[in-house]
Amino acid sequence: MTSSHGTRRLHLATALDRRSVYDADAFVAAARLAERGALDFVTLGDSLARPGPDALSVLSRVAPATRRVGLVPTVTTTHTEPFHVQAAVATLDWVSRGRAGWRIEVSTTEGEARLFGRRHAAPVDALWQEAGEVADVAARLWDSWEDDAEIRDVATGRFVDRDKLHHVDFTGSAFSVKGPSIVPRPPQGHPVRVVDATDRAARAVAARYADVALVRTALPARAAAARAELRASAAAHGRDPDDLRVLAALDVDLGDGEYAAEPGHGGGGPRTTPRGPQYRGGPVDLAELIVSWHRDGTVDGFHLTPVEPLRDLERLVNGTVSLLQHRGLFRTFYPGSTLRDHLGLARPANQYAVAQGAS
Amino acid sequence: MTAPKPMQPRPTQPRPTQRPTRPKPMHLAAHFPGVNNTTVWADPRSGSQIDFASFEHLARTAERGLFDFFFLAEGLRLREHKGRIHDLDVVGRPESLTVLNALAAVTGRLGLAATVNATFNEPYELARRFATLDHLSGGRAAWNVVTSSDAFTGENFRRGGYLDRAERYTRAAEFVATARKLWDSWTPDGTPRPFAHHGRHFDIAGEFTLPRSPQGHPVVIQAGDSDEGREFAASSADVIFTRHGTLEAGRAFYADVKRRLAKYGRSPADLKIMPGVTVVLGDTAADAHARAEEIRRQQVSPQTALLTLERIWGVDLSGYDPDGPLPDVDPVPDPQLSQGRTRQGDSVATAEKWRALAQERGLSIRQTVIEAGARQSFVGTPEEVAAELAQFVARDAADGFILVPQLTPGGLDEFVDRVVPLLQERGAFRTGYEGTTLRSHLGLADPVRNA
Repeated sequence: MTSSHGTRRLHLATALDRRSVYDADAFVAAARLAERGALDFVTLGDSLARPGPDALSVLSRVAPATRRVGLVPTVTTTHTEPFHVQAAVATLDWVSRGRAGWRIEVSTTEGEARLFGRRHAAPVDALWQEAGEVADVAARLWDSWEDDAEIRDVATGRFVDRDKLHHVDFTGSAFSVKGPSIVPRPPQGHPVRVVDATDRAARAVAARYADVALVRTALPARAAAARAELRASAAAHGRDPDDLRVLAALDVDLGDGEYAAEPGHGGGGPRTTPRGPQYRGGPVDLAELIVSWHRDGTVDGFHLTPVEPLRDLERLVNGTVSLLQHRGLFRTFYPGSTLRDHLGLARPANQYAVAQGAS
Repeated sequence: MTAPKPMQPRPTQPRPTQRPTRPKPMHLAAHFPGVNNTTVWADPRSGSQIDFASFEHLARTAERGLFDFFFLAEGLRLREHKGRIHDLDVVGRPESLTVLNALAAVTGRLGLAATVNATFNEPYELARRFATLDHLSGGRAAWNVVTSSDAFTGENFRRGGYLDRAERYTRAAEFVATARKLWDSWTPDGTPRPFAHHGRHFDIAGEFTLPRSPQGHPVVIQAGDSDEGREFAASSADVIFTRHGTLEAGRAFYADVKRRLAKYGRSPADLKIMPGVTVVLGDTAADAHARAEEIRRQQVSPQTALLTLERIWGVDLSGYDPDGPLPDVDPVPDPQLSQGRTRQGDSVATAEKWRALAQERGLSIRQTVIEAGARQSFVGTPEEVAAELAQFVARDAADGFILVPQLTPGGLDEFVDRVVPLLQERGAFRTGYEGTTLRSHLGLADPVRNA
């Protein structure tokens, strides 16, 4: 439900990132564990600047091994082809039957630029502007096939109604795309776009294009302020602010058993560390923290990154999440089947179908 | 028969690979039905070309039949005709590598091959995606390298379509060589090592993000029969996906391609020749031929017949009756009429030939298009088809076949149920997977690691 109601749904997500893991089993096991906890989605980070497999490929491998949990890989926009990126994300939505998301990221370093040899590193503001354009053209390409474009009309010999296929004719600052996509409109219409809106450069893109914005901070006041700003900015772009979920992003270290608070952090609250905001304590107090931030309207939920992947995800699911479920504060099963269902987000209308209906 | 070979010094010991009792193994691959009129969609059994369930069904069927690999083609721009999107054929497909990673979860041994264009991708990213597939599938990845120079497709990409036609294969060769450099870049104990490549098409440096994958290098496939294509395959590919023809034409192609390998220090067994083929089965030969004819009718709808003619005549023929006679006007070739397809040959000559055919046999437009179009490669009872396939391999016209079914997703079921057991009985095809990687299925050696 939305913020205008007293009973906003709580949304929880976790990161599957592992160091030096290249085969499928560990990722499948972790995603299944997250699914056992009925989490909204799992993320897998990706960067050309450090070792690791292609994240979207890994979550495609995970898709048939899971049934409900959302799958959100990072796919970068700086050195990649927008047409390929949108097709891969749409395809993840097809193979997962409507559970795909896409965490949008940029590549800022000269080292990454050298891997491609096509352009130099650029200022982060320009990269995020381009990322916004990629998010924009992706949505257009997903819409370039109307849902009922495939007609299989034997009488006229037509497989598709070509009036329901659209060139997008998009020209951005650094690329252009003709369209239409090669992939029919994905099950969710638009797979869920996730943007880490902590840094200023990314926040405008989040407000305009994201379905889920992440905010990394240990301070509830700062999270609440970021949420308010994102919602206002989304509204200024003509969006319904209730179509944007804002999640606090924290590292979680649940290694110290049941004991609770770090001194000076009543209730086991998070603190700022060199790696970012981190919660360190027991699963029970983490549940308390989640409840209090969510009840206050600080955030719509949490994206939690285990510090010790296996141990902390297990404690998160079996401890924190089961406690929240026991108290009726988090779902015990998935009532819907798509990631949009989990997040309470409607399937978006097709921008081209709308335009035609108006004419 | 070919001329007698010159006398060879007899080896003192027979080499184990030359045991005469074991026939040359056949390799089989399954091509997911494509976006052209080979794929029949008007049949009530025709299912979705996009739902994962269709891919899963075909891949599982191929694995049940112990096939070497499953093959996905690629499309990067919807085809257009007369300036509008072509609407008569199956269209729309998922992105291949994403589908193959998902299929890796529901298959255990089957090789997984994706066609990916070397023009509209960069080596670092693509090498990484294929290495990831190889890791996640336990050594089953294959890459069908294609190139494109057309500006029409380029309109969807950053780099556009400016690649000169003559540069296609030099870019592809440099692309593959660069990818292999990346795949080899980590030390055997799993430490990243910097790489650098400075070439005509690519100038890159850094560190790869993955250790060497289970196959070392994913299998590389080359599709195309041109002279440059053959040379590229001989220098760089593990499999060549070729056109099917007569036994004699196949033998000539086979001999030509295998002969080219020595120049690159490779042996004939290092490159497998696999033509793409269609198969129609029946309980009797007559039954099979009747089914084949019916399929050809389904493949050429009245609208498809007119469109096929327009592609040759170069003008709008929508006023013509597909069940009536061919146009008596002469073609005006227009290369812009149909976009996103392989070019036709000499259209005036084709039109002349078709008119002669129609006149001689009294055929309508649609009947002419059906008659002049491609025949299925193998038509007959399961026994006949098995015997013919085995003969193509035994007589060195092919190392195996890439089967192109005309129906999604059930188009391979009958072949696997009825022909594969007969091939196995003949000793022409494996009765179980011996290894776990695609290289092991294909009998390809592990690639030597570049220092």
